[in-house]
Amino acid sequence: MKKLTSLLKTWEALLVVLLLVSILLGSLLSPYFLSGFNFYAVTSNIMEIAIMALPMTLIIIVGEIDLSVASVLGLASVVLGFLWQRSNSMPLAIIAALLVGLVAGYFNGVLVTRLALPSLVITIGTLALFRGLAYVVLGDQAVSNFPTAFTNFGFGTIPGTELPWSGLIFAALVLIFAVVLHFSRLGRQLYAMGNNKEAARFAGINVARIKLALFILSGLLAALAGVIFTARFSSARPDNAVGFELEVVTVVLLGGVDIFGGRGSLPGVVLATFIVAILQNILGLKNISGDIQSLAIGLLLILSVLGPNLARRIQVVVARRRLAVGSSKQV
Amino acid sequence: MTQTAGPIVELVGISKHFGGVQALRGVDFQLFPGEVHALVGENGAGKSTLVKILAGIHRPDAGVVKFDGQVIELRSPTQAQTLGIAVVQQEPMLFPDLDVAENVFMGRHPRDRFGRVDWKRMYREVDQLLASLDVSLDSHAPVQGLSVAEQQLVEIAKALSLQARVLVLDEPTAALSAHEVDELFAIVKQLRERGVAILFVSHRLEEIFSIGDRLTVFRDGAHIITAPVSEMSTEEIIRHMVGRELSNLFPKGEAEIGEVVLEVRHLTRPGVFSDVSFQLRRGEILGFAGLVGAGRTEVARVLFGIDRAESGEIWLKGRQVQIRSPQQAMEHGIAYVPEDRHQQGLVMNFSIAANVTLPILQKVSRLGLVDPRREQQLARVYSEQLRVRSTGVEQLVNALSGGNQQKVVLGKWLATEPSVLILDEPTRGIDVGAKSEVHRIISELAARGLAIILISSELPEVLAMADRIIVLHEGRVTGTFARSEATQERVMFAATGQDE
Amino acid sequence: MTTTSKEVERVKQRGLSGQARLLGLVSRVRELGLLIVLLLIIVIVGIQAPRFLSINNFEQILLSVAILAIVAVGETLVVLARNVDLSVGSTVGFTAFVTAYFFKELPHANLLLGILLGCGLGLALGMVNGLIVSFGRVPSIVATLGTLYAYRGLVFIFAANTTSQVNAYDVPSDYLALATTQIFGIPALILIAAVVAIIVGYFLRTSQSGRQLYAVGSNPEAAKMIGIRANRLIFAAFSASGLLCGLAGVLWGARFATVDATNATGLELQVIAAVVVGGVNIFGGSGTILGAMLGAIVLGTLENALNILNISQFWLQAIYGAAIIGAVVLDAFITRWLQRAIRAGRKRA
Repeated sequence: MKKLTSLLKTWEALLVVLLLVSILLGSLLSPYFLSGFNFYAVTSNIMEIAIMALPMTLIIIVGEIDLSVASVLGLASVVLGFLWQRSNSMPLAIIAALLVGLVAGYFNGVLVTRLALPSLVITIGTLALFRGLAYVVLGDQAVSNFPTAFTNFGFGTIPGTELPWSGLIFAALVLIFAVVLHFSRLGRQLYAMGNNKEAARFAGINVARIKLALFILSGLLAALAGVIFTARFSSARPDNAVGFELEVVTVVLLGGVDIFGGRGSLPGVVLATFIVAILQNILGLKNISGDIQSLAIGLLLILSVLGPNLARRIQVVVARRRLAVGSSKQV
Repeated sequence: MTQTAGPIVELVGISKHFGGVQALRGVDFQLFPGEVHALVGENGAGKSTLVKILAGIHRPDAGVVKFDGQVIELRSPTQAQTLGIAVVQQEPMLFPDLDVAENVFMGRHPRDRFGRVDWKRMYREVDQLLASLDVSLDSHAPVQGLSVAEQQLVEIAKALSLQARVLVLDEPTAALSAHEVDELFAIVKQLRERGVAILFVSHRLEEIFSIGDRLTVFRDGAHIITAPVSEMSTEEIIRHMVGRELSNLFPKGEAEIGEVVLEVRHLTRPGVFSDVSFQLRRGEILGFAGLVGAGRTEVARVLFGIDRAESGEIWLKGRQVQIRSPQQAMEHGIAYVPEDRHQQGLVMNFSIAANVTLPILQKVSRLGLVDPRREQQLARVYSEQLRVRSTGVEQLVNALSGGNQQKVVLGKWLATEPSVLILDEPTRGIDVGAKSEVHRIISELAARGLAIILISSELPEVLAMADRIIVLHEGRVTGTFARSEATQERVMFAATGQDE
Repeated sequence: MTTTSKEVERVKQRGLSGQARLLGLVSRVRELGLLIVLLLIIVIVGIQAPRFLSINNFEQILLSVAILAIVAVGETLVVLARNVDLSVGSTVGFTAFVTAYFFKELPHANLLLGILLGCGLGLALGMVNGLIVSFGRVPSIVATLGTLYAYRGLVFIFAANTTSQVNAYDVPSDYLALATTQIFGIPALILIAAVVAIIVGYFLRTSQSGRQLYAVGSNPEAAKMIGIRANRLIFAAFSASGLLCGLAGVLWGARFATVDATNATGLELQVIAAVVVGGVNIFGGSGTILGAMLGAIVLGTLENALNILNISQFWLQAIYGAAIIGAVVLDAFITRWLQRAIRAGRKRA
């Protein structure tokens, strides 16, 4: 098992290498790649997915999954637009959107923790339910006449830099999540839950309450991503961010988080997020359509699990050979 | 019952090692048709390795396996089954969603002349099979609704349908009630009449005396002795298993017994246990005896807040308390070392230190952040106290031996500084050397003023360690004995529900 | 040693396990329950809008779910083995597009050739899934999530290099006729779906491999112990799913005539809904083709009812989601209640 931890360490190292390679690739393939504007494009395009990837990381580490995040994003966006249209109060609309995320997350969480239902199926169901509700609220319309302050927040950058405002939010969230996951009591408890739910429970950890909180957090941050998305595109539509959940899961798994739980790191996920962002950016700069980009994402997702699997198999073979040659110490 | 000329299974000079551990050394073994052959030995003696070799799961490094006089190479479980060797593991390996009949015949469904599965014939054959064993099971019943005992019977029916000539039962009575054990033994006797060779692996000497014909003792991977059961006594068997005298096994010191720390009044959980009442004092070791399924673990789970009782009271240090979660139990100073250290006691991928501090993270954290130095210090304290053999507190616990793992679990709970410590089968599955160390530790803890509940299915252990013994049978307290008046017979009587 | 059947009966009557038989009955009750739900919907909606009750309308419902049903049969095979195939939408879309394009470019080609092409492509895509899952040991949720993306991307690449859209007038009429012919007055599509369901259902019930598929889903370790080659079965299940998606794609192109690269997007959701509502356990080991078919029909009826009652189509997706959640919640409650009843009964005895 120690070898596995060292393998993981090399997984993050591999990600760093991949990141550098992709940056190199980008600068070679396009003269526009290293521009300030492109940095802005790369960052702003991935922010919603990046923000949703943070709670998704924790959720997958504890052995669950939340496939409804993109639908919550869409629903929150739609509620934002709907309320803005009706009340003309941005603060009210934003708060309502965030509340929607909270309630949606709570709904998911209760079904998974209180009723002990498998999160895979439940969140596939809520993926449809929430998206469906978004359609019910706005139908096939879109709301787009948002106030400039709002759209400036979504579209603009921090004065003096090329960093979008959402980037600041993301940076703050990354810091909090990283500290919590890797240094705090709660983080330790999360890893325990993901590795052995029973033992965690017997150690006094309130597994159900923590999981519920994680789902609520996931819903809340998905709603936040919805606010950012709406501001960025200046448009609230029911089909906003359709399919994003797959990219979020891809980014988390590529970051080295084990789909079965108990293993993974936040820096890995952040690295993976930017690798994916840069790859998409490169494809976009070369005018390759978004749908073909999805091919790349799909392959990346499969490789992110296939890779470590094969690596582990090779490791086992090597270890077996080493044991056959000499004998190891008795435990 | 006659024994035919030669053994049906013969192992000659079998050796097997895993990594650096020699599990079997040049073992010779013979199994004859129509006998019940008991295999005993401590954990690590090589019993389960032998069983797995017979089952075709492992291949020996050296030595010869003969079946019916012919030298064979057992390459896979399927091959073993085809030969007629059936193994019933401790945990029945069945298909919960499928019915009894399909479980018996999976992979070998009876077919009609078109090659289609012949359901009618399958049910009929299974019904006949079960009837011939005098077993009342519905062949249409889905397995997930069956009790453990019933599931074992399905496994045995499966073995029969395979025309098994060798049946290996690995610790079959661990999860059975007394009544179910009787039923099982009746079937085993029937099979013996039919000429099936039965290998019976067990820790329970009383059962071996009741049903065994011959007995083999393994120790440290070597064959020690084989003899008819009638020619052996308990002390002799243990001596062969352990290689040392019985008296050293259970050191119990004297502890000063103080005031009542825990009082349980009329605790009831319908369908599980009812009207359980007892007192527990400082420095006292209270033994909970009884057969598996008697409800002892269930009482412990209620005391620890994992389950909730429907009625009754729990009083701690003179005040009535409600225990609704393990967290609350710990706050009240109750610690519970669970039965199953793999599933419930340890996080296998964590280090010793991480495991020890898991319930008390707040003690080694500041402002919510874990302090690695304090964590290691704390872990080292308990690791040394309990003499855990490891390369350091950062070592992952899955690299430790069973005995050392159990010590880590103990250490974890001691770190919560409890006043009441509940131990559930603390020495199950660990070798005798580690066992006596754990007993020594328990005695020391009592001497230091801890109030201890010792749940154990091993009568000798309970009798030797406990100051008082409470016996449960099917959820009711059927006997209370002080140390001086407890005997094996009296406790057994109460455990099997018979009134004196 | 023989025992008379009377002895068998006597022994049976003693059985406590008869109570456990209740659990087994529930799975059969599931199909009954679905029929009842179907009847309820028919009655409730029929009262509000009598034209719902016409034979023509029922035919419409069955037509609308025929293609979905074929895909659901393949998905059932995969789910029974404790896996999931999320790439079905992309596979159907891919094969639909390729088949339609084939007929556009070679309008005089043999109809059968085109059908085989579509099925063959679907089979190949399914086999890739199977390889990744069984050989690559990638969990099927990840693998098929990935191929969902990847295959859809391939369709777009294909479309970019050939044509963005195939229209009804581009393809020969006998291809389109696949979707409209009737045999003995019943639309061919419905018959094909029924035949597929019956064949696969029969296979699951009467073949060794079919029963072993259930075993693999119910307890993979136990299956391994008795020598069942789980990897091969899982590979076969994914391949079959792909093949059936291919068939569905061929029929899709025939039915919907205008085909582009976005076809069948989101189909996986409807298929999973049909399978889950139909009582197939997402953890494998239990469920029937009949159940999945009934699940598809129930959902198709709901969609049709929305139409008839003039309820906005926008409610549809929400209803699919609610159906999935409702089915899972209901199943959990029923199983738990039953297990409690069995345990209580045992204690009393």
